[in-house]
Amino acid sequence: MLPHGRLVMHEVGIMQSALEIAEQQALAAGAKSIHEIRLRIGQMTGVVPEALEHAFAILKDGTMAEDACLVVDYVPAVCWCPDCQREFESSGLFCVCPDCMTPSGDVRRGRELEIISLEVDE
Amino acid sequence: MCLECGCGQGHDDTHAHSDDDDHDHPHRHVEVQQSILTANDRIAERNRGFFKAFGVFVLNIVSSPGSGKTTFLQKTIEKMKDKVRFGVIVGDLETDNDARRLRTTGAPVVQISTGTLCHLDAEMVARAVEEVNPKNLDILFIENVGNLVCPSGFDLGEDLRVALLSVTEGEDKPLKYPPLFRFVDTVVVTKVDLSMACEFDRKSALNNIHLVNPKAKIFEVSAKTGQGMDSWCNYTMNLWSQHSPKL
Repeated sequence: MLPHGRLVMHEVGIMQSALEIAEQQALAAGAKSIHEIRLRIGQMTGVVPEALEHAFAILKDGTMAEDACLVVDYVPAVCWCPDCQREFESSGLFCVCPDCMTPSGDVRRGRELEIISLEVDE
Repeated sequence: MCLECGCGQGHDDTHAHSDDDDHDHPHRHVEVQQSILTANDRIAERNRGFFKAFGVFVLNIVSSPGSGKTTFLQKTIEKMKDKVRFGVIVGDLETDNDARRLRTTGAPVVQISTGTLCHLDAEMVARAVEEVNPKNLDILFIENVGNLVCPSGFDLGEDLRVALLSVTEGEDKPLKYPPLFRFVDTVVVTKVDLSMACEFDRKSALNNIHLVNPKAKIFEVSAKTGQGMDSWCNYTMNLWSQHSPKL
Protein backbone atom coordinates (compact mmCIF):
# COMPACT_ATOMS: atom_id res chain seq x y z
CA MET A 1 0.00 0.00 0.00
CA LEU A 2 1.19 3.46 -0.77
CA PRO A 3 1.88 6.03 1.95
CA HIS A 4 -1.30 7.31 3.51
CA GLY A 5 -2.53 10.58 2.11
CA ARG A 6 -1.91 9.81 -1.52
CA LEU A 7 -5.05 8.88 -3.39
CA VAL A 8 -4.68 5.54 -5.09
CA MET A 9 -6.20 5.68 -8.54
CA HIS A 10 -7.61 2.68 -10.37
CA GLU A 11 -4.40 2.36 -12.38
CA VAL A 12 -2.81 1.00 -9.21
CA GLY A 13 -5.41 -1.73 -8.83
CA ILE A 14 -5.07 -2.62 -12.50
CA MET A 15 -1.28 -2.70 -12.31
CA GLN A 16 -1.35 -4.72 -9.10
CA SER A 17 -3.53 -7.38 -10.77
CA ALA A 18 -1.35 -7.35 -13.89
CA LEU A 19 1.77 -7.91 -11.79
CA GLU A 20 0.14 -10.76 -9.88
CA ILE A 21 -0.83 -12.51 -13.12
CA ALA A 22 2.63 -11.86 -14.58
CA GLU A 23 4.36 -13.41 -11.56
CA GLN A 24 2.08 -16.47 -11.58
CA GLN A 25 2.66 -17.02 -15.29
CA ALA A 26 6.42 -16.45 -15.05
CA LEU A 27 6.69 -18.94 -12.19
CA ALA A 28 4.62 -21.47 -14.09
CA ALA A 29 6.97 -21.03 -17.05
CA GLY A 30 9.94 -21.75 -14.80
CA ALA A 31 11.38 -18.25 -15.12
CA LYS A 32 13.53 -16.49 -12.54
CA SER A 33 12.66 -12.94 -13.46
CA ILE A 34 10.48 -10.93 -15.79
CA HIS A 35 12.14 -8.71 -18.35
CA GLU A 36 9.14 -7.22 -20.08
CA ILE A 37 5.37 -7.08 -19.53
CA ARG A 38 3.15 -6.30 -22.49
CA LEU A 39 -0.39 -5.04 -21.90
CA ARG A 40 -3.30 -4.18 -24.15
CA ILE A 41 -5.39 -1.26 -22.86
CA GLY A 42 -8.50 0.08 -24.54
CA GLN A 43 -9.17 3.79 -24.82
CA MET A 44 -12.61 3.41 -23.21
CA THR A 45 -11.20 2.15 -19.92
CA GLY A 46 -10.26 5.66 -18.84
CA VAL A 47 -6.78 4.44 -17.93
CA VAL A 48 -4.26 7.28 -17.92
CA PRO A 49 -0.95 6.04 -19.42
CA GLU A 50 1.21 8.18 -17.12
CA ALA A 51 -0.65 6.96 -14.04
CA LEU A 52 -0.23 3.36 -15.17
CA GLU A 53 3.50 3.79 -15.67
CA HIS A 54 3.81 5.51 -12.32
CA ALA A 55 1.93 2.66 -10.64
CA PHE A 56 4.20 0.15 -12.35
CA ALA A 57 7.35 1.97 -11.22
CA ILE A 58 6.18 1.82 -7.60
CA LEU A 59 4.62 -1.63 -7.49
CA LYS A 60 7.30 -3.63 -9.30
CA ASP A 61 9.79 -3.23 -6.44
CA GLY A 62 10.43 -6.53 -4.74
CA THR A 63 8.61 -8.57 -7.39
CA MET A 64 9.96 -10.79 -10.17
CA ALA A 65 9.40 -7.81 -12.45
CA GLU A 66 11.66 -5.53 -10.42
CA ASP A 67 13.88 -4.79 -13.45
CA ALA A 68 11.20 -5.21 -16.07
CA CYS A 69 9.99 -2.70 -18.57
CA LEU A 70 6.34 -2.09 -19.37
CA VAL A 71 5.06 -2.03 -22.93
CA VAL A 72 1.48 -0.97 -23.52
CA ASP A 73 -0.47 -1.31 -26.76
CA TYR A 74 -3.30 1.21 -26.58
CA VAL A 75 -6.42 0.20 -28.52
CA PRO A 76 -8.61 2.94 -29.98
CA ALA A 77 -12.35 2.75 -29.40
CA VAL A 78 -14.29 1.14 -32.25
CA CYS A 79 -18.07 1.40 -32.30
CA TRP A 80 -20.83 -0.02 -34.47
CA CYS A 81 -23.20 2.30 -36.30
CA PRO A 82 -26.66 0.66 -36.45
CA ASP A 83 -27.76 2.94 -39.29
CA CYS A 84 -24.77 2.55 -41.60
CA GLN A 85 -24.24 -1.07 -40.53
CA ARG A 86 -20.52 -0.61 -40.16
CA GLU A 87 -17.79 -0.15 -37.58
CA PHE A 88 -16.07 3.17 -37.10
CA GLU A 89 -13.18 4.35 -35.01
CA SER A 90 -14.31 6.98 -32.56
CA SER A 91 -12.51 10.26 -32.29
CA GLY A 92 -11.76 10.96 -28.66
CA LEU A 93 -14.03 9.14 -26.26
CA PHE A 94 -17.29 9.72 -28.11
CA CYS A 95 -18.89 7.22 -30.39
CA VAL A 96 -20.60 9.28 -33.05
CA CYS A 97 -20.67 7.88 -36.56
CA PRO A 98 -18.59 10.21 -38.76
CA ASP A 99 -20.91 9.61 -41.74
CA CYS A 100 -24.41 9.92 -40.33
CA MET A 101 -23.61 11.51 -36.91
CA THR A 102 -25.68 8.89 -35.05
CA PRO A 103 -24.42 8.31 -31.49
CA SER A 104 -23.65 4.66 -30.86
CA GLY A 105 -23.72 2.81 -27.58
CA ASP A 106 -22.36 -0.34 -29.14
CA VAL A 107 -18.66 -0.31 -28.30
CA ARG A 108 -16.96 -3.17 -30.14
CA ARG A 109 -13.37 -2.50 -29.08
CA GLY A 110 -11.68 -0.20 -26.63
CA ARG A 111 -12.55 -1.75 -23.26
CA GLU A 112 -9.55 -4.10 -23.22
CA LEU A 113 -7.59 -4.50 -20.02
CA GLU A 114 -5.39 -7.45 -20.91
CA ILE A 115 -1.99 -8.83 -20.26
CA ILE A 116 -0.73 -10.09 -23.60
CA SER A 117 2.69 -11.60 -22.98
CA LEU A 118 5.88 -11.60 -21.00
CA GLU A 119 9.55 -11.78 -21.83
CA VAL A 120 11.20 -13.73 -19.05
CA ASP A 121 14.72 -14.69 -18.05
CA GLU A 122 15.63 -18.22 -17.01
CA MET B 1 18.38 2.25 -21.71
CA CYS B 2 20.25 -0.72 -23.10
CA LEU B 3 21.31 0.25 -26.60
CA GLU B 4 21.83 -3.33 -27.67
CA CYS B 5 18.28 -4.49 -27.28
CA GLY B 6 16.39 -1.45 -26.04
CA CYS B 7 15.29 -3.35 -22.97
CA GLY B 8 15.41 -0.42 -20.60
CA GLN B 9 18.27 -1.75 -18.48
CA GLY B 10 21.69 -0.22 -18.11
CA HIS B 11 24.85 -2.10 -18.97
CA ASP B 12 26.24 -3.63 -15.84
CA ASP B 13 27.37 -7.01 -14.59
CA THR B 14 23.89 -8.18 -13.73
CA HIS B 15 22.53 -7.53 -17.18
CA ALA B 16 22.34 -10.95 -18.77
CA HIS B 17 23.32 -10.13 -22.31
CA SER B 18 25.67 -7.20 -21.77
CA ASP B 19 28.75 -9.34 -22.18
CA ASP B 20 27.22 -11.56 -24.77
CA ASP B 21 29.34 -11.10 -27.89
CA ASP B 22 26.96 -12.45 -30.46
CA HIS B 23 24.05 -10.83 -28.57
CA ASP B 24 21.66 -13.72 -28.72
CA HIS B 25 18.63 -12.38 -26.98
CA PRO B 26 18.24 -14.49 -23.86
CA HIS B 27 14.67 -13.55 -22.99
CA ARG B 28 12.00 -16.17 -23.44
CA HIS B 29 8.55 -15.25 -24.67
CA VAL B 30 5.56 -16.31 -22.56
CA GLU B 31 2.14 -15.83 -24.12
CA VAL B 32 -0.50 -14.88 -21.52
CA GLN B 33 -3.57 -13.32 -23.23
CA GLN B 34 -5.63 -12.86 -20.10
CA SER B 35 -7.90 -10.16 -18.75
CA ILE B 36 -6.18 -8.15 -16.03
CA LEU B 37 -9.32 -7.87 -13.97
CA THR B 38 -10.02 -11.61 -14.10
CA ALA B 39 -9.78 -11.87 -10.32
CA ASN B 40 -12.21 -8.98 -9.75
CA ASP B 41 -14.61 -10.20 -12.44
CA ARG B 42 -14.63 -13.69 -10.95
CA ILE B 43 -15.53 -12.38 -7.51
CA ALA B 44 -18.12 -10.04 -9.07
CA GLU B 45 -19.79 -13.01 -10.78
CA ARG B 46 -19.77 -14.88 -7.49
CA ASN B 47 -21.40 -11.87 -5.81
CA ARG B 48 -24.02 -11.74 -8.56
CA GLY B 49 -24.87 -15.40 -8.09
CA PHE B 50 -24.99 -14.98 -4.33
CA PHE B 51 -27.37 -12.00 -4.56
CA LYS B 52 -29.56 -13.80 -7.07
CA ALA B 53 -29.84 -16.80 -4.78
CA PHE B 54 -31.23 -14.55 -2.05
CA GLY B 55 -33.44 -12.64 -4.50
CA VAL B 56 -31.64 -9.37 -3.79
CA PHE B 57 -31.65 -6.71 -6.50
CA VAL B 58 -28.38 -4.76 -6.40
CA LEU B 59 -27.71 -1.24 -7.64
CA ASN B 60 -24.23 0.28 -7.89
CA ILE B 61 -24.51 4.06 -7.57
CA VAL B 62 -21.64 6.06 -9.02
CA SER B 63 -21.07 9.81 -9.30
CA SER B 64 -18.69 12.59 -8.47
CA PRO B 65 -18.41 13.76 -4.85
CA GLY B 66 -21.25 16.06 -3.83
CA SER B 67 -23.75 14.99 -6.48
CA GLY B 68 -26.27 14.09 -3.80
CA LYS B 69 -25.96 10.29 -3.65
CA THR B 70 -26.64 10.01 0.07
CA THR B 71 -29.70 12.27 0.15
CA PHE B 72 -31.05 10.61 -3.00
CA LEU B 73 -30.73 7.15 -1.43
CA GLN B 74 -32.11 8.33 1.90
CA LYS B 75 -35.27 9.69 0.22
CA THR B 76 -35.61 6.64 -2.04
CA ILE B 77 -35.51 4.32 0.97
CA GLU B 78 -37.93 6.45 2.97
CA LYS B 79 -40.42 6.48 0.10
CA MET B 80 -40.43 2.73 -0.41
CA LYS B 81 -39.47 1.20 2.93
CA ASP B 82 -43.01 0.04 3.68
CA LYS B 83 -42.93 -2.18 0.61
CA VAL B 84 -39.28 -3.09 0.23
CA ARG B 85 -36.54 -4.19 2.62
CA PHE B 86 -33.41 -2.17 1.86
CA GLY B 87 -29.76 -2.51 2.73
CA VAL B 88 -26.88 -0.19 1.90
CA ILE B 89 -23.15 -0.62 1.48
CA VAL B 90 -21.38 2.74 1.53
CA GLY B 91 -17.86 3.23 0.25
CA ASP B 92 -15.99 6.29 1.37
CA LEU B 93 -12.38 7.31 1.66
CA GLU B 94 -12.77 8.39 5.29
CA THR B 95 -15.51 9.17 7.83
CA ASP B 96 -18.81 7.40 8.31
CA ASN B 97 -20.99 10.52 7.91
CA ASP B 98 -22.85 9.11 4.90
CA ALA B 99 -23.46 5.81 6.70
CA ARG B 100 -24.82 7.61 9.75
CA ARG B 101 -27.21 9.68 7.63
CA LEU B 102 -28.45 6.54 5.87
CA ARG B 103 -28.97 4.67 9.14
CA THR B 104 -31.66 7.20 10.07
CA THR B 105 -33.86 5.42 7.50
CA GLY B 106 -33.74 2.26 9.63
CA ALA B 107 -32.09 0.23 6.87
CA PRO B 108 -28.98 -1.80 7.71
CA VAL B 109 -25.92 0.10 6.52
CA VAL B 110 -22.37 -1.19 6.20
CA GLN B 111 -19.57 1.29 5.81
CA ILE B 112 -16.45 0.42 3.83
CA SER B 113 -13.65 2.90 4.47
CA THR B 114 -11.45 2.51 1.44
CA GLY B 115 -8.64 4.59 2.96
CA THR B 116 -6.63 5.74 0.00
CA LEU B 117 -8.43 3.65 -2.59
CA CYS B 118 -10.68 5.60 -4.90
CA HIS B 119 -13.22 2.90 -5.80
CA LEU B 120 -14.88 -0.21 -4.44
CA ASP B 121 -13.98 -3.61 -5.84
CA ALA B 122 -15.85 -6.90 -5.84
CA GLU B 123 -13.81 -8.32 -2.96
CA MET B 124 -14.70 -5.43 -0.63
CA VAL B 125 -18.38 -5.92 -1.46
CA ALA B 126 -18.11 -9.66 -0.87
CA ARG B 127 -16.71 -9.02 2.61
CA ALA B 128 -19.23 -6.28 3.47
CA VAL B 129 -22.29 -8.16 2.33
CA GLU B 130 -21.99 -10.70 5.13
CA GLU B 131 -22.75 -7.86 7.54
CA VAL B 132 -26.03 -6.74 5.92
CA ASN B 133 -27.64 -10.17 6.13
CA PRO B 134 -28.87 -10.62 2.53
CA LYS B 135 -31.57 -13.07 3.64
CA ASN B 136 -33.54 -10.12 4.96
CA LEU B 137 -33.09 -7.85 1.95
CA ASP B 138 -34.95 -7.10 -1.27
CA ILE B 139 -32.85 -4.26 -2.65
CA LEU B 140 -29.22 -3.47 -1.89
CA PHE B 141 -27.75 -0.11 -2.78
CA ILE B 142 -23.99 0.13 -3.11
CA GLU B 143 -23.01 3.77 -2.77
CA ASN B 144 -19.64 3.80 -4.53
CA VAL B 145 -16.83 6.18 -3.65
CA GLY B 146 -17.52 9.63 -5.13
CA ASN B 147 -15.33 9.57 -8.21
CA LEU B 148 -16.13 9.84 -11.89
CA VAL B 149 -13.16 7.96 -13.24
CA CYS B 150 -12.13 4.93 -11.27
CA PRO B 151 -15.29 2.95 -10.43
CA SER B 152 -16.15 2.47 -14.10
CA GLY B 153 -13.82 -0.48 -14.64
CA PHE B 154 -14.79 -2.48 -11.58
CA ASP B 155 -17.77 -4.81 -11.71
CA LEU B 156 -19.11 -5.37 -8.20
CA GLY B 157 -21.71 -7.97 -9.15
CA GLU B 158 -24.54 -5.46 -9.39
CA ASP B 159 -27.69 -5.83 -11.50
CA LEU B 160 -27.98 -2.17 -12.37
CA ARG B 161 -25.37 0.57 -12.54
CA VAL B 162 -26.69 4.07 -11.98
CA ALA B 163 -24.78 7.32 -12.49
CA LEU B 164 -25.88 10.50 -10.75
CA LEU B 165 -25.32 13.88 -12.33
CA SER B 166 -26.28 16.95 -10.33
CA VAL B 167 -27.31 20.12 -12.11
CA THR B 168 -24.64 21.98 -10.12
CA GLU B 169 -21.92 20.03 -11.92
CA GLY B 170 -22.80 21.41 -15.32
CA GLU B 171 -24.29 19.85 -18.40
CA ASP B 172 -20.95 18.87 -19.97
CA LYS B 173 -19.93 16.37 -17.25
CA PRO B 174 -20.89 13.32 -19.38
CA LEU B 175 -18.61 14.61 -22.13
CA LYS B 176 -15.73 15.11 -19.74
CA TYR B 177 -16.02 11.67 -18.14
CA PRO B 178 -17.52 9.46 -20.84
CA PRO B 179 -16.25 6.06 -19.62
CA LEU B 180 -18.32 6.31 -16.46
CA PHE B 181 -21.51 7.54 -18.11
CA ARG B 182 -21.15 5.17 -21.04
CA PHE B 183 -21.19 1.98 -19.04
CA VAL B 184 -24.21 2.62 -16.85
CA ASP B 185 -27.81 1.52 -17.36
CA THR B 186 -29.41 4.58 -15.86
CA VAL B 187 -28.52 8.23 -15.35
CA VAL B 188 -30.28 10.24 -12.66
CA VAL B 189 -30.04 14.02 -12.95
CA THR B 190 -30.26 15.27 -9.36
CA LYS B 191 -30.95 18.59 -7.61
CA VAL B 192 -33.21 19.77 -10.42
CA ASP B 193 -34.74 22.28 -8.00
CA LEU B 194 -31.48 24.23 -8.41
CA SER B 195 -31.58 24.23 -12.22
CA MET B 196 -32.56 27.88 -12.52
CA ALA B 197 -29.99 29.11 -10.02
CA CYS B 198 -27.24 27.14 -11.79
CA GLU B 199 -28.42 28.12 -15.27
CA PHE B 200 -28.42 24.43 -16.04
CA ASP B 201 -29.00 23.79 -19.73
CA ARG B 202 -31.33 20.80 -19.52
CA LYS B 203 -31.59 20.14 -23.22
CA SER B 204 -27.87 20.11 -23.72
CA ALA B 205 -27.37 17.88 -20.64
CA LEU B 206 -29.82 15.26 -21.92
CA ASN B 207 -28.22 15.51 -25.32
CA ASN B 208 -24.76 14.95 -23.86
CA ILE B 209 -25.92 11.92 -21.91
CA HIS B 210 -27.53 10.56 -25.04
CA LEU B 211 -24.37 11.20 -27.04
CA VAL B 212 -22.24 9.21 -24.63
CA ASN B 213 -24.82 6.55 -23.81
CA PRO B 214 -27.77 6.36 -26.24
CA LYS B 215 -29.36 3.46 -24.32
CA ALA B 216 -29.34 5.02 -20.86
CA LYS B 217 -32.65 5.46 -19.09
CA ILE B 218 -32.73 9.00 -17.72
CA PHE B 219 -34.52 10.38 -14.66
CA GLU B 220 -34.63 13.98 -13.46
CA VAL B 221 -35.22 14.33 -9.74
CA SER B 222 -34.97 16.55 -6.72
CA ALA B 223 -34.65 14.51 -3.54
CA LYS B 224 -35.34 17.73 -1.63
CA THR B 225 -38.69 18.65 -3.21
CA GLY B 226 -39.61 15.11 -4.24
CA GLN B 227 -39.90 16.03 -7.92
CA GLY B 228 -39.40 13.00 -10.17
CA MET B 229 -38.86 10.65 -7.22
CA ASP B 230 -42.08 8.68 -7.83
CA SER B 231 -41.07 7.85 -11.34
CA TRP B 232 -37.60 6.70 -10.20
CA CYS B 233 -39.05 4.64 -7.35
CA ASN B 234 -41.58 2.93 -9.63
CA TYR B 235 -38.84 2.09 -12.06
CA THR B 236 -36.69 0.53 -9.32
CA MET B 237 -39.69 -1.32 -7.92
CA ASN B 238 -40.54 -2.77 -11.34
CA LEU B 239 -36.99 -3.91 -11.95
CA TRP B 240 -36.89 -5.54 -8.54
CA SER B 241 -40.16 -7.41 -9.08
CA GLN B 242 -38.96 -8.65 -12.48
CA HIS B 243 -35.70 -9.69 -10.89
CA SER B 244 -37.38 -11.61 -8.08
CA PRO B 245 -40.57 -12.95 -9.66
CA LYS B 246 -41.08 -15.42 -6.85
CA LEU B 247 -42.02 -12.57 -4.50
